[in-house]
Amino acid sequence: MNSTFQFISFSDPNVLFVVLGTMILGASAAIVGCFSFLRKRALVGDAIAHSILPGVCLAFMVSGSKNPFYLIIGAFITGWLSLLLIDGITRTTKIKSDTAIGIILSVFFGVGILLLTSIQHSGNAAQAGLDKFLFGKAASLTKDDIYVFSSIAIVLVIVVVLFYKEFKLISFNPDYAKVIGLPVRFLEFLLATITVLAVAVGIQAVGVVLMAALLITPASGARFWTDKLSTMILIATLFGAASGFLGSYISYIAPAMPTGPWIVMCLSLLTIGSIWFAPKTGMLSKFRVQKENNRKILIENVLKLFYHLGERTNGFKDERSTTALLETRDLRIKELQRGLNLLKQSHWVRKKGENWVITESGLTEAKRIIKLHRLWEMYLNQRLKLQPDHVHNDAEAIEHIITPQLEIELEKELNYPTKDPHESIIPYNE
Amino acid sequence: MEAFWIILVGSLIAVSCAILGSYLILRKMAMVGDAISHAVLPGIVIAYLLSGSRETLPMLLGAAFLGVLTTILIELFYKKARLQIDASIGITFTWLFAIGIILISLFAGQVDLDQDCVLYGEIAYVPLDLWVTESGYNMGPRTVWIASGLLLLIVLFIWKGYKGLFITTFNEEFAKALGIGVAFWHYALMGAVSLTTVVSFESVGAILVVALLIVPPATAYLITTNLKKMLVLASIFGILSAFGGYYLAAAINGSIAGAMATVAGILFGIVWVAILMQKRRPSKTAINYLD
Amino acid sequence: MISIETHNLTVSYNKRPVLWNIDFELPTGSIVGIIGPNGSGKTTLLKAIMGLVPTSSGYVKIFDKDLADVRQRISYVPQRESVDWDFPASVMDIVLMGRYKKANLMKRISKADLEIAAEALEKVNMLEFSNRQISQLSGGQQQRVFIARSLAQGADLYIMDEPFVGVDAATEEAILNLLSDMKKEGKTVVVVHHDLQTAKDYFDWIVLLNTRMVAAGPKDEIFKEELLQEAYGGKLNVLSKVGDLMKEKAFNVREK
Ligand SMILES: Nc1ncnc2c1ncn2[C@@H]1O[C@H](COP(=O)(O)OP(=O)(O)OP(=O)(O)O)[C@@H](O)[C@H]1O
Ligand SMILES: [Mg+2]
Repeated sequence: MNSTFQFISFSDPNVLFVVLGTMILGASAAIVGCFSFLRKRALVGDAIAHSILPGVCLAFMVSGSKNPFYLIIGAFITGWLSLLLIDGITRTTKIKSDTAIGIILSVFFGVGILLLTSIQHSGNAAQAGLDKFLFGKAASLTKDDIYVFSSIAIVLVIVVVLFYKEFKLISFNPDYAKVIGLPVRFLEFLLATITVLAVAVGIQAVGVVLMAALLITPASGARFWTDKLSTMILIATLFGAASGFLGSYISYIAPAMPTGPWIVMCLSLLTIGSIWFAPKTGMLSKFRVQKENNRKILIENVLKLFYHLGERTNGFKDERSTTALLETRDLRIKELQRGLNLLKQSHWVRKKGENWVITESGLTEAKRIIKLHRLWEMYLNQRLKLQPDHVHNDAEAIEHIITPQLEIELEKELNYPTKDPHESIIPYNE
Repeated sequence: MEAFWIILVGSLIAVSCAILGSYLILRKMAMVGDAISHAVLPGIVIAYLLSGSRETLPMLLGAAFLGVLTTILIELFYKKARLQIDASIGITFTWLFAIGIILISLFAGQVDLDQDCVLYGEIAYVPLDLWVTESGYNMGPRTVWIASGLLLLIVLFIWKGYKGLFITTFNEEFAKALGIGVAFWHYALMGAVSLTTVVSFESVGAILVVALLIVPPATAYLITTNLKKMLVLASIFGILSAFGGYYLAAAINGSIAGAMATVAGILFGIVWVAILMQKRRPSKTAINYLD
Repeated sequence: MISIETHNLTVSYNKRPVLWNIDFELPTGSIVGIIGPNGSGKTTLLKAIMGLVPTSSGYVKIFDKDLADVRQRISYVPQRESVDWDFPASVMDIVLMGRYKKANLMKRISKADLEIAAEALEKVNMLEFSNRQISQLSGGQQQRVFIARSLAQGADLYIMDEPFVGVDAATEEAILNLLSDMKKEGKTVVVVHHDLQTAKDYFDWIVLLNTRMVAAGPKDEIFKEELLQEAYGGKLNVLSKVGDLMKEKAFNVREK
C-alpha cells in the first residue's frame, strides 16, 4: 500500500517521467493505430517497428552520439524505406502483401541486429543503451525523453485533428475519396509519416516486437464499443494511456517486472475484456440475446398450445392440465413448466388448482403469434411457391421474429388472407 | 572446425525453414509463421519450468503446443470475435510474446534464457555444446544432431504429404469436396512450423527464424513456377544465406543470425532487381504506399 | 432417376439467409442450368450441395444418398477466380489433382492416373500445354484445365460454377460440346450460368434462383416472361427485411 501511495504521489520525479512517458507513448500509438487498423494494415506497423532498428544503429554510427533527435531521424528514414519497399515488392512482383511485409520485417531486423551487435562488440562505450530500441526501457525514461515524446505526440494530434475528415474518408472509403478528388496519395503519405513517427517513439517503451500491440490492440478493443470513429479513437487512446499507467505501476511495485510486456498484457486484457463485455457486439451480450430469444420462443410456443387446444375444443379459455398441453407439441415437461411460470408473471395465464387458463391478454398475444405463423406460411406458399407441407417448419421460427411493422406489410402484401395453406383460419385481432 | 559446425547448423535449419516457408507463403500465411515464431516463447519457458532443464523433448512439446494454440487463438479472434485477420494475428502474437517475457522475468532465477537469446540466438555457441556419449565418445555438437533430426522429419513430412499439402494449398475447396481433411493438413503444417521454430530458437533466435522461413522461399518464388524447384531453390538460398552470413558476421564482428538474415535479404534484393531489369513490367496498380 | 434433391434447404451467412427453402429435384442424364442475377446465391447453392458451407435447415440428397456416401461420384469445378493462378504448378499437376482421393493421398501418382489425366487434357484440347505453367495460361485455358481436372475424376455428376465466364466463343463452343458428350454418356451436369440469352440453347433443365427458388423444370416450362421477370425483377421486399431482422437479432432459422 505504501508503495502504491509513493507511486501515485510521484514523490520520485523519475516515476513521474516514466508514467508520463509511457502514457504519452501508449496514447499516441493508439490514435495512429486506429487508422492502421481500419485500413487493414495492422501488420505494416509491425514491419515499421522492426525496420527502425537499423536506422537507429546507422544514425548512431554516423553521428557517433545517442542524441534522441538523430536517432529518431535515422529511425524515420529506415521506417519509411520499409514502407516503400513493401509497396515496391507487391507492385512489381507476384509476391503478395503479407509475404512482402514478412520479408522486409525480418531482413531489416536482421540488418539491425547485425549492426547493433557489431557496434556493441566494437567496444564503443557510448553505445550502452542503444538496445532500448530492441527491448524497450520504459523504466529509464528521462526528462529529455518526455520533451521529445510530448512534442511528437502534439504534432501527431495536430495532424490528426487537421486532417480528421480526410483520414476518415481514406480509411472507410478510399475509392470514393479518389473520385471526389482528394489528394489520396498525399494523405496516405501523411498518415504513413505519422505512423512511422509514433512507432519510432513508442518502440522505446515496449521494444520492437511488442510495438505492433501498441498500435493494433487498443484500436481492436475500441472497435467493439462503437461504430463512430471519433469515439473509437477516444476509447483507444484511453486504453493506450491506461495500459501505460498500469504497466509502469506494476513494474514500480515489482521492480523485476518489465514495463513493456506488462503494458502489452494490460492492452491485451482490455481488448479481450472488450470482446467479452462490450455492449451489443460483445460475446456476453450475444449470449444474452440468444437467451432472450430462447425465452421468447418458449413462452410464445406455450401460448400457442392454449390456442391450438382451444381451436380443437372451441373453448379458448378452458382449463388445461399440463398433460393436455403436452399432447399437441413435443416439449419437455420442465420446459413447459418454465414457460407457464414465465407467462404467469406477464399475466398471460393463470393457475387454477392444478390446471392453467389463458387470460384475455394472453389470448390476444396467442392470436398474434398464430396469425404471424399462418401469414408466413401463406407468404412462403404464395411468394416462394412452397408446397403446403413444406412451410410449417420455417414459420415455426419466423413467427417469433416478425415486428408489428413487418406484420402490417405482410398482411397488406398478401391482401389480408383469411386462411392459411392448410385451410386453418388466420385470426385477426380487432 | 568451429566455422564448419556453425555453418552446418545454420544450413540445416535454413533448409527446414525454406521447405516449410514455401508452403506458408503459398498459403498466404507468411505472417502466421511470423506469429508462431514469436508465440512459442511462453511454451518454451513453461517447458523449462516444468522440466527444470534445457531438455529438448519438453521444449519441443511445449513449443508445438503453443504453436497450435497460436493458430487456434488467431482463428478465435478472427471467426468468433470477427476481428479482421491482420489484427487477430497481431494481437495474438504480441500477447503471447509478452507473456513469455513476463514469465522469464518472473522466474529469472530458474530459467536460463534471456531476452537477447530469445531474439537473436546464440549460434556462435553451437560448437561448445558437445554431445558426449556415456563411453566418452565425442559425437560433435548436440545441436547438429537435433537440427538433422528435424530436417529428416520435415523431409519425410513433405515427401509423404506432398499431395495433401499441394491440393490443400492450391485449392482448399476442391480438396474439401474430395473429402480430404483440410484441417488436418493445416494443423500438421502449423505443428511442423512450431517444431522448426523451437529447434531454431536457441541457434538463430525467434525473430530471425522468420527471415529464414519467408525470405529464401520468396526469392525462389520469384524465379520458378514449379513447386518442387521452388522447394529446392529455397533450400539453396537458405544454405547460401548460412554461408554468407557466417563470413559477413565474422567480417564486421556482429551477430551471425543477424548476418544470415541480411544475406538472405541481399539475395532477395539481387534477384528482385535482376527481374526488374529483365522485364520492365509496367506497374500493376496505382501506387499505394502501405499496401 | 433423380441426381440431386434439395429439401427445404436454407443457407445463411451470419444468420442472414441467402437461400430460402430451396426445394427441387434434378433428373439424371441432363444438362441443368442454375440461373439468376448476381448475388442470388448460385455459388452458395453449389457449395451447400458439396457440403462446403453449413446449412441452417433442410438437406441435400445425391443419387438418393448422403454426400459422404457418393463423394466419389461427384466432381466439383469451383469458380475460376477462387484460386491463385500464380501458384507454381504445371497444367498436368493440376489435372492430376482430379485423381487424388483420400485413400491414395499418401501414395505416389500411378501410371494409370497419368494416362487418365492426359486423356482428360486431350478432351479439352489442352494436351500440348500439359507442361505449361499455370501462371502462363489465358482465362479460357485456365477454365479448360479446371474442366480437365474434373473429367479426370471420372464422376457421374459434375457441378460447375460459371465455366463460361471470361472465355472466348471458341472455348465456349468447345466446353459446350464436351457437356453434350458427357450427357450422351449418361452423366449429369449442373452448371451455374448467368447469361439468359444463351441459357435456352445450352440447357435441358433450368433452376431459376433469386435468394429463393423462382422455378425449376424443363427449359420450355421455365422460359416464360413472367418467371424470368420474377427472377430478375429484384428481391422480395418482405423476405429481405425478415433476413435483416434475423441477422440483427441473431435469430436461427430453426429453433435452437
Ligand atoms: N462468405 C460470405 N459471407 C457473407 N456473405 C456472403 C458470403 N459469400 C456470399 N455472401 C453473400 O451471399 C449472397 C449470395 O452469394 P453467391 O456468391 O452465392 O451469389 P452468386 O449468385 O454466385 O453471385 P455471382 O453471380 O456474383 O457469382 C450474396 O449476397 C453475397 O453477398
Ligand atoms: Mg457465384
